[in-house]
Amino acid sequence: MADTTAQPQSSTPAASAAPQAGGLKLSQRQLERVMPWLVVFGLFAIWELTVRVFDFPQFILPAPSVIFEAMWQWRVPIIDNAAQTAFTTVIGFGIAIVFGLITGILIGSSSLVYNGFYPVLIGFNSIPKVAVVPILVIWFGIGTVPAIITAFLISFFPILVNVATGIATVEQELKDVLRALGASKRDIIIKVGIPRSLPYFFASLKIAITVAFVGSIIAETVASNKGIGHLMIQASSRFEVPLVFAGLLVTAIMGVAMYVVANFVERRMTGWATRSQGDPGSQT
Amino acid sequence: MSGGFVELEDVSLRYGGEETGTLALSGANLKVDKGEFIAVVGPSGCGKSTLMKAMSGLWPVTSGGVRVAGHYVDGPLSMVGMAFQAATLLPWRSTLDNVMLPLEIAQPYRSQLSSRKEEFREKARGLLKLVGLEGFDDKFPWQLSGGMQQRVSLCRALIHEPELLMLDEPFAALDMFTREELWGVLQNVWMTKKPTVILVTHDLREAVYLADKVYVMSARPGRMIHERDIEFARPRELDITFRPDFGAIAQDLRDHIYTARAEPAKAA
Ligand SMILES: Nc1ncnc2c1ncn2[C@@H]1O[C@H](COP(=O)(O)OP(=O)(O)O)[C@@H](O)[C@H]1O
Ligand SMILES: [Mg+2]
Repeated sequence: MADTTAQPQSSTPAASAAPQAGGLKLSQRQLERVMPWLVVFGLFAIWELTVRVFDFPQFILPAPSVIFEAMWQWRVPIIDNAAQTAFTTVIGFGIAIVFGLITGILIGSSSLVYNGFYPVLIGFNSIPKVAVVPILVIWFGIGTVPAIITAFLISFFPILVNVATGIATVEQELKDVLRALGASKRDIIIKVGIPRSLPYFFASLKIAITVAFVGSIIAETVASNKGIGHLMIQASSRFEVPLVFAGLLVTAIMGVAMYVVANFVERRMTGWATRSQGDPGSQT
Repeated sequence: MSGGFVELEDVSLRYGGEETGTLALSGANLKVDKGEFIAVVGPSGCGKSTLMKAMSGLWPVTSGGVRVAGHYVDGPLSMVGMAFQAATLLPWRSTLDNVMLPLEIAQPYRSQLSSRKEEFREKARGLLKLVGLEGFDDKFPWQLSGGMQQRVSLCRALIHEPELLMLDEPFAALDMFTREELWGVLQNVWMTKKPTVILVTHDLREAVYLADKVYVMSARPGRMIHERDIEFARPRELDITFRPDFGAIAQDLRDHIYTARAEPAKAA
C-alpha cells in the first residue's frame, strides 16, 4: 500500500536519485511538487492576457500586474492589517482549541451528554456567523473582540466534533478488555480515548484554522476599524479596485500558509495514524 | 454444585427491554474447575460472546447466578485476561508498551508500576519470548503481521497473571497455518502458567485440540446442550488432529451442533 502521505521523508532521496537517467525529465514526484506553482502561474498568465486582450476597465477587473503593483504600493497598510487579522485569527483559534478539546472530550465520553448537547450544537453551527456579528458589536463594540469571537465561534465546532468522534468510537472489545481489568471510565478515556482522538484532532485543525480566518475577515468587514477585511471594505468604498484584489490575494496567501502549518503539525504529531491505515494483515 | 472456579447457575440474559429485547441466554449451566481449559462451541449468534460477558460481569445477567472463585459476580471482575478476534492493539504504542497496558490499570500492579517498572518490563519481554516474539519489543502494531498481533494480544491478556483467561474466537481471523501455529503457542502458555481458560470458538478442530472439555451450545437463546471430555495426553501434537479417534470426536460434536441448529423453533 503505497500511501503517499505516509512516507514524506523517504520521498526525498528517491526523487533526487531518479533524474540521473533523463537529465531534463522530471520525475512524477518533482512534477507533483511544481504543479501548484505552474497552475498559479498559468492562471495569472491567462488572467493577464484576458484583461489586456479585451481591455477590461481597471475598476471591473484589474490585471494581476496592476494588483501586484497595488500590493507593493500599499505594502505598509497591507502588512499592518494582515497582522491584525492574523492576530485575531490565532487568538480565536487558540480559544477554539481549548474549548473544542474540553467539550469534545466531555461529549465523546458520555452518551448522555452527547445526546443532550449534540442537537443544540448542530443548531448552533447552522447559524451563519455573519448574522451573529451585529450582536457581538452591541455587546463588545466595534474592534478586535467581535473578530476574535467570530473566529472562535466558527472554528470550535470542527474541533469538537472530531475529538468527540475519536473518543466515542473506541472499539467495544477494547473497552471490554480494559473493564475486565477493573478500568474506570476515566482510565479508558485517558489511556485510549484521548490518544486515539489525537489524529482526528490534528486533522480538524486544518479545517478549523481556515474557517477561523474566514470568521475573522467576516467580522472585520462588518464591524472593525482594522484588519484585512476592513481594508478591503474601505478600498472598495473608495473604488480602489486593485487594492481590493490585492487584499483578496493576501487573504488567499495567508489561508494557504495557515493550512500548510496545520498540515505540517498534523504530520509531525500523528505519523502512527497514517501508517497504521495500511492493511495490518498484509505482511503475514 | 460446589467447588467450581467458575459456575453458572440457570443464567438467562436478555439484551434490551422485557418484551422487545433479545433473549441471548436462557438456562445456561456451566462449571469450570480451577486450571481447567474448556472450549465452548455453537452456531453463530447462539450467545457465545454473551456467555463471556455474563461470566466476566461485563453485562449483568437477567436471572440466575454467576460465581467466580466462590463470589457472586455483580460487576466487572477486575482480574480477567481477555482476547478477541480483533487484536485491538493501540497503534501509538510499541509492542512492549501494548503488553504493559494492563499493568497500568489493574491493581496491585498499577500502584507498583513506577517502582517496579524494569521488573515488569522484563516480565513482558519474557511473555513475548514465550509466544515467539523475542526482539519485537520496539516494533509498532502496524509493523506486525495479523498472527503476530494476535500473539501480542495474548501477552496483553496474560501479563497480570490472571486466574481466568477468556478468549473469544481469538484465531478466527487468521489463515489456517498461522492458526495452527498459535494453537501450539496457546497450549504452551497454558501448560506454563496454568490459568483457567475459557475459549469460545466455532472451529471444532481447535476446540478438541486445545480443551480438556468441550461444551456445545444450543441455538439462541443459548444454553449448554452437550459436554464432552477430551482425554488426549499433553502436550498434544498437531498430528493428533488427523487421527481417526480425534475425527470421531469432532464428528460427534458436529452432529450436536447440527441438531442445535435445527432446534431453535422449539427453544424460542
Ligand atoms: N449489545 C447487544 N445488544 C443487543 N443484542 C445483542 C448484543 N450483543 C449481542 N446481541 C444479540 O445476542 C445474540 C447472541 O449474540 P452473541 O453472544 O454475540 O453470539 P455469538 O458470539 O455466539 O455469535 C445475537 O442475536 C445478537 O444479535
Ligand atoms: Mg461472538
